[in-house]
Amino acid sequence: MSIDLKTIKHISKLSRISVDEQKAEKLAGDLNSIFKFIEKLNELNTDKVKPLTSVAETTLKLRSDEVKSKDIRNEIIKNSPQDNEDYFVVPKVIE
Amino acid sequence: MSDITKQSLSELVKNIKEKKLSSNEVTKAFIDRSEKSKELNAYISEDYSSALEKAKKFDEKQNLDLKLPGIPIAVKDLFCTKNVRTTAGSKILNNFVPTYESTVTQNIWNEGAILLGKLNCDEFAMGSSNETSFFGNVQNPVDKNLVPGGSSGGSASAVAGQLTPITIGTDTGGSIRQPASFTGIVGLKPTYGSCSRYGIVAFASSLDQAGPMAQNVKDCALLQEIISTYDSKDSTSIDFKRNEYSKELTKNIKGKKIGIPKEYRVDGMPKEIEELWQKGIQYAKDCGAEIIDITLPHTSYALPAYYIVAPAEASSNLARYDGVKYGFRAKGENLIDMYEKTRSEGFGAEVQRRIMIGTYVLSSGYYDAYYLKAQKVRKLIKNDFDEVYKKVDAILTPSTPSSAFKIGEKKDDPVSMYLNDIFTVPVNLAGLPGISIPAGHDSKGYPLGLQIIGKAFDEQNILNIAYAMEEKISFKNKINDWWIK
Amino acid sequence: MSKDKLEYLISRKDNQYEVIIGLEVHAQVTSESKLFSTSSTKFGAEPNTQVSLVDAAFPGMLPVINEFCVKQAIKTGIGLNAKINNRSVFDRKNYFYADLPQGYQISQFKDPIVGEGKVILDMPEGQKEIGIERLHLEQDAGKSIHDLDPQSTYVDLNRSGVALMEIVSKPDLRSPDEVSAYIKKLRSIMRYLGTCDGNMQEGSLRADVNVSVRAKGSKNLGTRCEIKNVNSIKFMQMAIDYEANRQVDLIEEGESIDQETRLFDTKKNETRSMRSKEDAHDYRYFPDPDLLPLEVSNEFIKKLKSEIPELPDDKKKRFIKDFKVSPYEANILVSDIDTAKYFEEVVSKMGKNKDIKLAVNWITGELFAVLNNKNLEISQSPISSKNLAILVNLIKNGTISGKIAKTVFELMMDGDKDPQKIVEEKGLKQQSDPKALEALIEKIINDNREKAIEYKQGKEKLFGFFVGQAMKASGGKANPQLINEILKKKL
Ligand SMILES: [Mg+2]
Ligand SMILES: [Zn+2]
Repeated sequence: MSIDLKTIKHISKLSRISVDEQKAEKLAGDLNSIFKFIEKLNELNTDKVKPLTSVAETTLKLRSDEVKSKDIRNEIIKNSPQDNEDYFVVPKVIE
Repeated sequence: MSDITKQSLSELVKNIKEKKLSSNEVTKAFIDRSEKSKELNAYISEDYSSALEKAKKFDEKQNLDLKLPGIPIAVKDLFCTKNVRTTAGSKILNNFVPTYESTVTQNIWNEGAILLGKLNCDEFAMGSSNETSFFGNVQNPVDKNLVPGGSSGGSASAVAGQLTPITIGTDTGGSIRQPASFTGIVGLKPTYGSCSRYGIVAFASSLDQAGPMAQNVKDCALLQEIISTYDSKDSTSIDFKRNEYSKELTKNIKGKKIGIPKEYRVDGMPKEIEELWQKGIQYAKDCGAEIIDITLPHTSYALPAYYIVAPAEASSNLARYDGVKYGFRAKGENLIDMYEKTRSEGFGAEVQRRIMIGTYVLSSGYYDAYYLKAQKVRKLIKNDFDEVYKKVDAILTPSTPSSAFKIGEKKDDPVSMYLNDIFTVPVNLAGLPGISIPAGHDSKGYPLGLQIIGKAFDEQNILNIAYAMEEKISFKNKINDWWIK
Repeated sequence: MSKDKLEYLISRKDNQYEVIIGLEVHAQVTSESKLFSTSSTKFGAEPNTQVSLVDAAFPGMLPVINEFCVKQAIKTGIGLNAKINNRSVFDRKNYFYADLPQGYQISQFKDPIVGEGKVILDMPEGQKEIGIERLHLEQDAGKSIHDLDPQSTYVDLNRSGVALMEIVSKPDLRSPDEVSAYIKKLRSIMRYLGTCDGNMQEGSLRADVNVSVRAKGSKNLGTRCEIKNVNSIKFMQMAIDYEANRQVDLIEEGESIDQETRLFDTKKNETRSMRSKEDAHDYRYFPDPDLLPLEVSNEFIKKLKSEIPELPDDKKKRFIKDFKVSPYEANILVSDIDTAKYFEEVVSKMGKNKDIKLAVNWITGELFAVLNNKNLEISQSPISSKNLAILVNLIKNGTISGKIAKTVFELMMDGDKDPQKIVEEKGLKQQSDPKALEALIEKIINDNREKAIEYKQGKEKLFGFFVGQAMKASGGKANPQLINEILKKKL
């Protein structure tokens, strides 16, 4: 398997990171060598193995339904690159 | 008192408690040395003036019952610190000032510690040499132009260079143990769920753990005792009975069964590492431990599995850095354009590379072949450990397959860089505790570390083994303060 | 009515098409705080005032699940006769959008909290069962506002992180009417359970509608289109009608239907393409590593089962059996929990000698008309169940006539007045004393001698005249039945 430029463009789109031709070439090279290394996993037959998603062998703890967070709009919006004191402001969304 | 910064944490605490030193004196000493050590580039943000203020305040109203009374501490810049810039080593968070404090750092302030500043690290903790930081690479105090390891490179350098008496780092695939090994200090990666992840900039949620880094095992134990608390704000925090690690620390490890996994004898490993390992085995025997040959058959699959799991989680964890709520934003013609430019300019090459890998392995058509496969391999690796822990109490391995390398040496070869973590990664995948202690030097005089891996929640045991071996090894770091003119 | 007539089919020339509809309903869980954070869920707050660090996805923030929301989802599952899963998993659904601060939505993908179930619809042609595929918990996104500024989009994160239940039906629905009945039934069940207020104006209930068509009699499913986020039953019906016809037209023209996501334009009353399958999102679902699997024990589920109130289907059966109302009336009475509650209160307050049929007529007749006129919910009724019960009893025991009752009813609306008092104050009590009425009638006959003779000679139409005169003389209060009897005797 090899990762071509089309694939790089596709994942660049999915991950919302712009990639020009030069960067795409470099990424394709890097990713191919990394995936060559990763392919080692194919030596293993894992058909009957249950996947492990978390090593924490407990179950989810539940919290009670209480409102504790107050209005911290200023605190939240303070860090934003653009706002109008009420809303976060972003460039126009074009569908 | 001279040479304040040479003192270990325990000595400093003792001197402050006995009023031989004030917090102000100690804080000043570490600030002075930090100021003289700019060439190490260990800090991203300094908070010296408010540290001095806090030290004065502490001295005015001393509470000597605390475990870290007026002790100045710099921490990895992955911990969110209230009103102090937190960057995660990234341009994308260059101007980010949290209004909140991570649980782990809060725990140390609660014991009287004082924040000195934020330490350099690989961008979003992705790296093994601290070369991916937006704020530049960090120098290893051991030698000029030597990497300190990563991602907690600034932390390791700061402890080894005595810019801070102790520190906390984070470890996702070896980011505490590998730099500890490269700089000749002690670093502990606790059991997953031992230290809260609340307020720590996430890299890979199922692997990330905060942990202590110190000059010796005792200091490390004390810090672990302080930072390890159950936290209801982290759903993966585990509510187990925590030891008072420093109080219960003992050198008596007689009869402990220590496993030596044959799979850690990898191709191309320098002879010096093998010799160090053998020496370590001898030390353990000298301490009264019983050595048992074991097998962890899936060891060689750990790194490939890790390079699926960690980037997958990271690709999702880092999606929040989009220029909308905080951090860097690039100009864009529309929302999508803004996203793409922000993330392309805001993230460095390694982070982008890993986001791409992660996105790819989760994408439609590849999930089963990569992500699911890796989760299954992760299970096999965990099973390996579960199996051997029926027979042994701990496992002894080298910490890294080599000593520290030169800055720039592996920068353009991601795979050879990734191989640095070959001995540390299995521990993260299985969620186990692991400690690296300095155990010797290679021919260049660079430190080499040994790793002791424990059962889940058995930090006390590996701290004890490390404590006992530390005495036998009696390691002395060869640091000549080359960067101080 | 034949069943055929009720079938919703689309005809072109000689061909008839059946419409296959499946719904993904998003129902906001009724809770004080959000699914994974402790901020308030209250509707209508100032923008970004109900946003915590978790909701805005600040670095290092982690989700902690709200137990009440879990209970609400399980209760809803029980209400949908569904299988409750002891183990469920939260996944991340990854995509970028301005109002999605984390860059992913925490949802449940492979292992939802609730599995297969069913709901029963009462359609004019009989009952119909609609299969439920699953119900899962997920976070709501924030709100993007595109029309406040020509260059920018504004983002309000108040809704970000509010708990939603996504209820996915099987493709069992066949017409806009069934969709309407289905939504109403879901809404009714959730309101009975108190798990979702069902307020469509506030966005508490909205649906993605999957529509496909096939030649009548065919067993294959056609290519479906998903119409996103429709927030009223009327719009759902219009969207389905438009979309089904669009698809049929394409087939008739020999063209194929693209699987795509479409948007219903409420101004133009048409659906239009949002994105095709080629550029469909690749959501890259994977288990959220910040959360562990959610496990609920059988005891936990059993305890919740014991807290489930009587639901519409059972209530309907009981009303028919105990109150002898017709199935049609029972449907009306149980469809909304507040109506059922009101009705049962009236019944219980009417006491022993009650006329339930009369009560039903007053509720579904006069009262509904008033509520409708004033645009009020029954919970806001200007006339309390207690006073309505008194009014019905006043009619039943002959204190007032049905006609007078309407006058009384009008007067009651002013501050929920006690009808008994109105009757007394206004002297509206029915005249039922035979002696007094006899005297009154004798006087009328005496005053109208000639007409009485004409009546006796066979001009029976004049009977009405005498009734009218008697009623007039009594100020409308005379018991009409008694008047009739006495007149017959005296004339
Ligand atoms: Mg949907
Ligand atoms: Zn949904």
